[in-house]
Amino acid sequence: MTSPDRDRIMARLHTSGTEHTVVPEAAIPPDSAFDPQEKITQLATLMGAMKTEVHVVETAGWVDKLKELARERGWEQLLYGPASPIGSAIETAWESDTDGLPALVAYTEPVESFKDKLFQIDAGITSTQGGIADVGAIVLWPTEEEPRLLSLVPPVHVAVLHADTITSSLAEMISVQNWAGGMPTNALLISGPSKTADIEFTLVFGVHGPKELVVFILK
Amino acid sequence: MGTGNSFDFERNIDAALADQQLKKNLRNAMDILVEKRRAVFTDPEALEQLRAAGNAIKRRALSKLPQLLEQLEAKCRQNGIQVHWAEDTAAANRIVLEIMRANDATELVKGKSMVSEEMHLNRFLKDHGIEALESDLGEFIIQLNGETPSHIIVPAIHKNKDEVAEIFHDKLPDTPYTEDVEELTRIARQAMRKLFARVKVGLSGVNFAIAETGTLLLVENEGNGRMSTTVPDVHIAVMGLEKVLEKLSDVPPLLRLLTGSATGQIITTYVNMITSPRKEGEKDGPKEVHLVILDNGRSRMLADPEFRETLLCIRCGTCLNHCPVYVRIGGHAYGHVYPGPIGKILTPQMEGLEQAGVLATASSLCGACGDVCPVKIPIPALIRRLRSESYDAKGDGTVSGHGYKKNLTETLVWKGWELVNVHPALNRLSTKMAGAMGKRLPKVGPLKQWTRARSAPKFAGKSLHDHELEKGGRDD
Amino acid sequence: MARIPEKPTTVYMFGTCLVDMAFPRAGIAAHRLLEREGLTVLFPQAQSCCGQPAFNSGFIKEARAVARKQIEVFPGPLPIVVPSGSCAGMMKHHYPEMFADTAEYPKARQFADRVFELSEFLVRVLDVRLDDVGPPETVTWHTSCHALREMGVIEESKSLIRQLEHVNLVELEREEECCGFGGTFSVKQPAISTAMVKDKIDDIARTGAATVLSGDCGCLMNITGALEYHRVPVEGKHLAEFLWERTNGNRKQL
Repeated sequence: MTSPDRDRIMARLHTSGTEHTVVPEAAIPPDSAFDPQEKITQLATLMGAMKTEVHVVETAGWVDKLKELARERGWEQLLYGPASPIGSAIETAWESDTDGLPALVAYTEPVESFKDKLFQIDAGITSTQGGIADVGAIVLWPTEEEPRLLSLVPPVHVAVLHADTITSSLAEMISVQNWAGGMPTNALLISGPSKTADIEFTLVFGVHGPKELVVFILK
Repeated sequence: MGTGNSFDFERNIDAALADQQLKKNLRNAMDILVEKRRAVFTDPEALEQLRAAGNAIKRRALSKLPQLLEQLEAKCRQNGIQVHWAEDTAAANRIVLEIMRANDATELVKGKSMVSEEMHLNRFLKDHGIEALESDLGEFIIQLNGETPSHIIVPAIHKNKDEVAEIFHDKLPDTPYTEDVEELTRIARQAMRKLFARVKVGLSGVNFAIAETGTLLLVENEGNGRMSTTVPDVHIAVMGLEKVLEKLSDVPPLLRLLTGSATGQIITTYVNMITSPRKEGEKDGPKEVHLVILDNGRSRMLADPEFRETLLCIRCGTCLNHCPVYVRIGGHAYGHVYPGPIGKILTPQMEGLEQAGVLATASSLCGACGDVCPVKIPIPALIRRLRSESYDAKGDGTVSGHGYKKNLTETLVWKGWELVNVHPALNRLSTKMAGAMGKRLPKVGPLKQWTRARSAPKFAGKSLHDHELEKGGRDD
Repeated sequence: MARIPEKPTTVYMFGTCLVDMAFPRAGIAAHRLLEREGLTVLFPQAQSCCGQPAFNSGFIKEARAVARKQIEVFPGPLPIVVPSGSCAGMMKHHYPEMFADTAEYPKARQFADRVFELSEFLVRVLDVRLDDVGPPETVTWHTSCHALREMGVIEESKSLIRQLEHVNLVELEREEECCGFGGTFSVKQPAISTAMVKDKIDDIARTGAATVLSGDCGCLMNITGALEYHRVPVEGKHLAEFLWERTNGNRKQL
């Protein structure tokens, strides 16, 4: 547990006198609060401005919209988690007709044996943990069923967001979902496709992560 | 007057000022960053409230630092993250090297990390036969060109696209010359993807470490941070010990301040929160996560109630963007990892005044940095304090090398200045003498510097004191 | 922002060391402007320098001794009007800081609360109305960093110029950027300082103004020195002097 470096550092910290200063809790300015419709509008507007493609759809119809997009864009493979909350809906939809649709690829193997394949797939779809209206971001908690790289490696990331999981702010989400009670292996806020402005502030999308982000907001 | 500083600041400054391309690149870039920040913080009052909150959160964390670090360590261990402590950069480098060796790794892929720059990790690993590969596009560009970052947020900001095109063409095999930024980015993406598929160990920095849950939080736009911390088998995170926060609810205001100040974004593309290595049943993510907590002088800063405020810094870089000195000389001239106003207060404290005290002279104390600092670090006041420490004026200096500039000439000059300004008769005499000299002051010492590109000041024959006296006005 | 006192009948003037030695006309003009508003202006002969040169150079003990002297020679409850944002900032903000946690703090605080930069005082306390009798003229305005950031009086200064009917104020492109003076900075880092002032005079020249006005003589000494050196035909002038000339009817009479 201890090391000589740790002991020396902690000793210096304890004798620094910093603990003699009592600093009260910060007064954090309140965030804006949005009603359900405003949350959708706010999130869609902000994410749209970051080049995210947002579709607000009825819950019943989202898979049809997905198929329409998949055909239109000509994706060859769609990576998904069969045991995820959206897995069976996708499989059912793909059963009826597969004409012009990408082949479904299940992310069920450890990455060690899957890496080569993974890096060739052109689109991935995930569920979400929620959305944050005031900054325009979706929240992902990758799981066994929907691994971390599913939303990162394929050039297109499709995310399915239930409107009623959108909070007004990050602070509200941390509080209502009781994040302090336990954080997952990895939690992510995503506000758009991967981008860089490192060369003369020219904005380029898709430098390391997805070039495209599609969000379905389910009402 | 022996400034003893081991780097040639003056030469660096002259070289930077003579470089017209650099001047253009920097001015354009800083104008954009300043404007972007202005556009995101539109309500000055709301910004003030947010800055006050950011300051209070960080000050509170510092006041509980020992306890929070112990809590962070315990939580991380509970979550399966291995925690290492490094008193200095040599120790931190050794820890990284041991992890590399334990994993038989000869390559390390890096997300952007200023602490790793502080460690000079790339050079250290190279000396031990290990290649550290930068994956942030800006870092990738300057690494290809054998340079170090010139800005803590936008490391290749001193280069324009023509220069990047030249570097890619020269340094990457089979790369035709192109100034198309999309194409340049695509070239980098391809090179990086190959790397990520292959390299076994990834390294990142940490923006905030949350003691409450043992969570490491990283912000980025490119996705290379996520790649570096997800694809390789092993993830090493390096952080300065001041990065710890008490709780998750401290994150939202600081995150807003960080991204808004750094790049004028209300949020970055990704906020990546890591709380454990891959768990049983999970399909990806590193199997080992290591956290290296670095001191390197920070605990000493903590011991001084004034200098402690240096540790409030969240490394947003906005003080650089607003600094009239940085915009003219760029990051490399400072000769150290952290440039600009924050570098002027951080570096002398880390490296000692003899090494880097001269940095504190490169400020007109215009106050722009302190005005924009999202956590309200009183940077100008700390620059003044370092100047004072350089002469040991307080006699109780706490920074290594304090008093290194103490010399009889300056001591006497300021003592004389004090006498003249405390005793009215002496004051009148000296003003009269200056007036009598008029334009005929000899151009030596400070006046020689002054007249490098200015005409000499002209002293009036009759002072305001004389005029007022003649007027016969009451004086009390 | 300090509380705004009722218009007083008597004020102190702190002339500043630079005005005293190099720009006495600015001090005389400030005196006249205040008198014209019906005030009695007291000029304690024992005053000298605000202490900023030593303070900013790291010689705090010496700065404190000089500050102590100023506090002593301006004892009364009267406002202290300063024709410099930088010296005013020093006295208003750094005196209390320098004497924090000492027995002298209450005195320093009481002193600091009475300090006003000239244009701030003219506008906020005296609410002056200026009657411009000069010919049409284009000018530009340079704010010192401390007038801008410590005293927050840039709008007050510009509003005085804008009151002048025949004067056209053209603002600088980089109005909020430092001119590179910075006291001893100008001689400790001459290369950076001269690069900064060169950019500043280029900005000034681009406005097409024949006169650059400022409320701070440190900046003026720097800027006019560079204008002369580079033979740029723009005149530098302290705001007080300009206001007096424009409103007095006789440009030469001070």
